[in-house]
Amino acid sequence: MIHPVPPGTRDVLPDEMRELRTLTLRLSEAFEAAGYGEVSTPSIEYEEVLRLGDRSSAGAGFRLFDERGKILALRSDATIPIARLVANRFEAVDGPLRLSYFENAYRAVTSGSGQAREFLQGGVELIGVPDADGDAEVIGLVVSALEGAGLRRHRIGLGDAMLYRDLLAASGVADGERDALLGLLWRRDLPGLEASVDRLGLAPEARQMLVELPALRGGVEVLDRVQGVAVDRLRALYELLGERGVADRVIFDLGMQRELGYYTGTIFEVYDPAVAFALGGGGRYDELLGRFGRARPACGAGLDVTRVHMAQLAEERG
Amino acid sequence: MSELVIAVPRGALLAEALDLLDRLDIDTAEIRSNDRRLFFEESGVLTVRPSDVPTYVEAGAADVGITGKDVLLEQADRDVYELLDLGFGGCRMIVATREGDDPLGEPLRRRGLVRVATKYPRIARDHFAATGRQAEIVEVKGSVELAPLTGLADAIVDLTATGRTLVENGLVEREPIVESTARLIANPVAHKLKARAIDGMVERIRGLGP
Repeated sequence: MIHPVPPGTRDVLPDEMRELRTLTLRLSEAFEAAGYGEVSTPSIEYEEVLRLGDRSSAGAGFRLFDERGKILALRSDATIPIARLVANRFEAVDGPLRLSYFENAYRAVTSGSGQAREFLQGGVELIGVPDADGDAEVIGLVVSALEGAGLRRHRIGLGDAMLYRDLLAASGVADGERDALLGLLWRRDLPGLEASVDRLGLAPEARQMLVELPALRGGVEVLDRVQGVAVDRLRALYELLGERGVADRVIFDLGMQRELGYYTGTIFEVYDPAVAFALGGGGRYDELLGRFGRARPACGAGLDVTRVHMAQLAEERG
Repeated sequence: MSELVIAVPRGALLAEALDLLDRLDIDTAEIRSNDRRLFFEESGVLTVRPSDVPTYVEAGAADVGITGKDVLLEQADRDVYELLDLGFGGCRMIVATREGDDPLGEPLRRRGLVRVATKYPRIARDHFAATGRQAEIVEVKGSVELAPLTGLADAIVDLTATGRTLVENGLVEREPIVESTARLIANPVAHKLKARAIDGMVERIRGLGP
């Protein structure tokens, strides 16, 4: 008799487990060597606490009641619980905090999509280092940790969470219209975005910029096509990544949008040609810590360990 | 061979999709002459059902694909880029019922809901929800027109280009829902890692004109 497990969850058998352990160990050694001490937080937290971090993602897909009727939620990522941990345990610490984690996270998925409801995420959070300095440290660490795990062909897609929003404001798009346009960009519906921009009746240059920006990706030259503080941030970051020797890994993607709503600046994703979806990603979230305690700039990165493993296997095959 | 693997829909969109590939200098002779073969490695083309195109593209089995907007609306949580409205394959998603007066009124008034047969459960559910009516969606895989004639449902939500099949089955279009045309879609990682090839294809298609 076969006893079912919920779709999107799975058992792991010894051969795979051995490889996942080795991979996790490689990554965590790289994080520790860079000064990122590992922490662990509960899988379940009070929903109202997680909700402080981000209204939409806080509850994630799964909630339950405890014995007193309080609502608990399974965490959908590690960053919000770590922001809570920092407020609780490191409120008085000045200077940068470097933390790493390897934890399961839980998300609702559509059935049949092959996505995981439960997945192992490994990553780092750098708290108290602002701007491009912090971003470059985190991205450089992700690139080198993946190298340490045996990947050779991984690339970093680099964008900015505020770029399109700023551009909408600078183009004179009314406040009420911006969310609809950002929604179309988020759904990656470029013909729909173009049709909606056309309806706004903007000046030709503004219209063209809003329509073309989502397709602007490639080398550092794409930054010449746009102006604004977000692009200045990306330029400064690119320079620092050059000093770390990882600039050739970067693909700028000016239309990039990330799922979680707390990003305030640089955002990035990790790709490998052998895998059809991002291996992970992250970005800068300067407002998140302030929702739990003392405001501090921060950025972080998370990798889906199973997907990194897939990339490892594919690269082994050559 | 093309740098990109392209998923092409079999069925109503196939002829115009192949014409488009011809104009992009992708060799379609073998595809046209052999309708049993599914994968044409030499030209980087795979042929699948239109509703499977987003599946292949999302998973990276194809870098880009051609499919209808109706399919993309029905599979709205597929993580793919919609790059271009290709303009061909125009059709409408509609609500149709049997001929006669107000065939939705009676079930809504006396049972509080309508039964709607469709191959597009998500689009149908969203349309009736957005218009404030309760609907029980009956999902069928084909021959939707049969459902109101046999009492399986009060109405259908389906795609129509000419409306002929509706008329032949004694059905009348009651409400338009959305217009659909063929779209070019891309895998999100290929969109970054093969940006040049994908942009090249988009530019060439834009340059072709209608």
